[in-house]
Amino acid sequence: MELCNCIDPQWPAEELLMRYQYISDFFIALAYFSIPLELIYFVKKSAVFPYKWVLVQFGAFIVLCGATHLISLWTFTTHTRTVAMVMTTAKVFTAVVSCATALMLVHIIPDLLSVKTRELFLKNKAAELDREMGRIRTQEETGRHVRMLTHEIRSTLDRHTILKTTLIELGRTLDLEECALWMPTRTGLELQLSYTLRQQNPVGYTVPIHLPVINQVFSSNRAVKVSPNSPVARLRPHAGKFLSGEVVAVRVPLLHLSNFQIYDWPEVSTRNYALMVLMLPSDSARQWHAHELELVEVVADQVAVALSHAAILEESMRARDLLMEQNVALDLARREAETAICARNDFLAVMNHEMRTPMHAIIALSSLLQETELTAEQRLMVETILKSSNLLSTLINDVLDLSRLEDGNLQLDASIFNLHDVFREVISLIKPVLSVKKLPLSVHLSPDLPVYAIGDEKRLMQTILNVVGNAVKFSKEGSICITAVVAKPESFRDDRVPEFLPVPSDDHFYLRVQVKDSGSGINPQDIPNLFTKFAQSQPLATRNAGGSGLGLAICKRFVNLMGGQIWIESEGIGKGCTATFIVKLGIPDRKNESKPPFVPKLPGNNGLTDFAGLKVLVMDDNGVSRTVTKGLLVHLGCDIATASSSEECLRIVSHEHKVVFMDVCTSMDGYEVAMRINEKFKKRQDRPLIVALTGNTNKLVKENCMRVGMDGLILKPVSVDKMRGVLLELLEHRVLFETV
Amino acid sequence: MEVGQMQRQWVDYTKSLFLEGFLDSQFLQLQQLQDENNPDFVVEVVSLFFEDSERLLNDLTNSLDQQGIDYKKADAYVHQLKGSSSSIGAQRVKNCCIAFRNFCEQQNIDGCIRCLEQVKQEYCLVKNKLETLFGLERQIVAAGGSIPTMELSF
Repeated sequence: MELCNCIDPQWPAEELLMRYQYISDFFIALAYFSIPLELIYFVKKSAVFPYKWVLVQFGAFIVLCGATHLISLWTFTTHTRTVAMVMTTAKVFTAVVSCATALMLVHIIPDLLSVKTRELFLKNKAAELDREMGRIRTQEETGRHVRMLTHEIRSTLDRHTILKTTLIELGRTLDLEECALWMPTRTGLELQLSYTLRQQNPVGYTVPIHLPVINQVFSSNRAVKVSPNSPVARLRPHAGKFLSGEVVAVRVPLLHLSNFQIYDWPEVSTRNYALMVLMLPSDSARQWHAHELELVEVVADQVAVALSHAAILEESMRARDLLMEQNVALDLARREAETAICARNDFLAVMNHEMRTPMHAIIALSSLLQETELTAEQRLMVETILKSSNLLSTLINDVLDLSRLEDGNLQLDASIFNLHDVFREVISLIKPVLSVKKLPLSVHLSPDLPVYAIGDEKRLMQTILNVVGNAVKFSKEGSICITAVVAKPESFRDDRVPEFLPVPSDDHFYLRVQVKDSGSGINPQDIPNLFTKFAQSQPLATRNAGGSGLGLAICKRFVNLMGGQIWIESEGIGKGCTATFIVKLGIPDRKNESKPPFVPKLPGNNGLTDFAGLKVLVMDDNGVSRTVTKGLLVHLGCDIATASSSEECLRIVSHEHKVVFMDVCTSMDGYEVAMRINEKFKKRQDRPLIVALTGNTNKLVKENCMRVGMDGLILKPVSVDKMRGVLLELLEHRVLFETV
Repeated sequence: MEVGQMQRQWVDYTKSLFLEGFLDSQFLQLQQLQDENNPDFVVEVVSLFFEDSERLLNDLTNSLDQQGIDYKKADAYVHQLKGSSSSIGAQRVKNCCIAFRNFCEQQNIDGCIRCLEQVKQEYCLVKNKLETLFGLERQIVAAGGSIPTMELSF
């Protein structure tokens, strides 16, 4: 035997088996070498693998196993000891490593398994989160839909558009097959189909309002699922092939109802609902989800709000239109009233003139007549004519005054007059009528009645005359009795006007005049109307007695202005009548009583003497008018200077002139001149009296004259007598403002 | 013609003037102011009136002829005329002036022109009447009579 270190294999070399083993070993080795390579490759590719050193270990184990199998290739035939040694080493290493690996795997495999469970857990969690996400997204979608729907609904204030838009948008958002709105009818007992999504003009289906399903829906503010077979859901002419889609109904509160195109409702105060029905497509398997129901409820509320806004807008538009109409009407009425007032003022202005002119003619001519040669009888007659015409003139003024009384413009005069004379004049005026009617008259003037009083003589006389005149007018027989006393406080209490409690004082006294007649009397029911303008009682019997029905109304106003009261009592028809009035008059001062009061009308005489040489200045820029005024004053004996302009007037005027007559018709110069004259003459005694002459019967002119410090105002035309009286009054009292 | 007849004629004529509204009570006032110290008062005043009015009517015609009418100035003229006519008692002239003033206030050019024509007409009429009257008076005085005082029966 050779000495080789070869080792013989244990078994005999059977060729075929050997060959198969050889090949298998080869392949095993190959596989074992490639596995780590693959591992390395893939691990390098993946980022996550926590057990790198395990891999190394595993790799080593496999490599060694492979090496072992590779080396075993050489052991199939005779092989040297080196090979055997290498083989052994490899096997030893392989054993070590594989044991180590086995030991290690005990630790690792549970870890790997738990990784797997965690992975499963995380997958579940992820799925759940996904679902959650889906839900949130749907909610957000719903929210967006609601916002969009609301925006659409609220972008219009027209109720039809609102409702139509609601249905359309809901249909689009929720993908509905049909959507319909049932509105309550006028009677409130039925619901009528008013809007649908798919059908343009729904036929008038109605359902009674008290169906249980409807009550169920109305009683809750949630969207309620209803059966597709219920009457409210039977909207479609044909049913679906399979199941009809689910139907949901919700109530829509109707807050205010006004004009609705089809119906005409008045405002309904009790809660009234409409019904909105929504149907899912019939052949889908869709169900109503909670978020969809929520959407429907929110939309229903929004629709209610939008409808109420629309209603409010409608109402406010209507109110505004109404206000505008009223405004226009008021404006028209105001303009008409203004026109009426203008027309009245124009009428008054014209009538003023037209009525005064004949009166002036009568007065002027009568006064002229007075100056001629007359017998005593004729003179008496002329005097009566003159007095009556003066009174008539005053009456005419007062008819025009009454309208101004209404406006509150009238002011009473306050001057000293002889009270007893007033009564005497009234009596003398009424005497002719009394003697014709054969009515006796008795007059009692109380002894403590003052002789002189301060007040408006003209109007007091007018009042007394009116009252007495009425007594005479309405008496066919019997007697008339006039009493005048100073009213004492005690006597007030039994008067018929209890709320009137005047208090006399040192300056004033109250005059009480009572006129009793035994004539036809007055029906007590008519008494309240007596003082009403133009109201006449006893139309038939006294029509011929004349009178415009103004008399007592004017008297009442005068009496009231004089701070008093007037009233009439009668026990009935045929029992006579008593008229009483109380007025407040001033008590003149001691020192004035001694002077005889100024009587403006002197009995007719050609009194040239009174004014001999009185220096007067006439300023008038109208030549004709100036000449006439000059002629008038010359006729009265004055020494006249004339000025045709304000400069001339200021140049000429001096302290010698006692009176300056100034025409203020034409311009404002008159007032200027008055002021300049006032400035020129510091002391009042030196200054001439400045009197304005004007044809303008205007309160404004009078106020302006007073304002600039003029001493008087007289109205044109001026008769000789008037001028005479004016001059006398001016020289006496240094002031004379004629009543305009 | 003898004085009595002339005087009667004068009275009738004067009455007619009053009745027809040409003159009013103011004219009577003027007549009253005429006395021995002032024998021609009425004629003087009336002549003054004629002069004044003719001047005013001319001014008025000119002012209304212009392109841009100054209504205020026209109104002032009419006011003057109204004053004069009312001072002597020319009633119809005065009434026309009142209407004229209204149109001036309204600035109504057609109304103003119409009124101007009317005023002129009335003025001519009253001037003629007064001149006739004065003619009669002169005749009476020349024949040695005196102007009667007006009797009142209307």
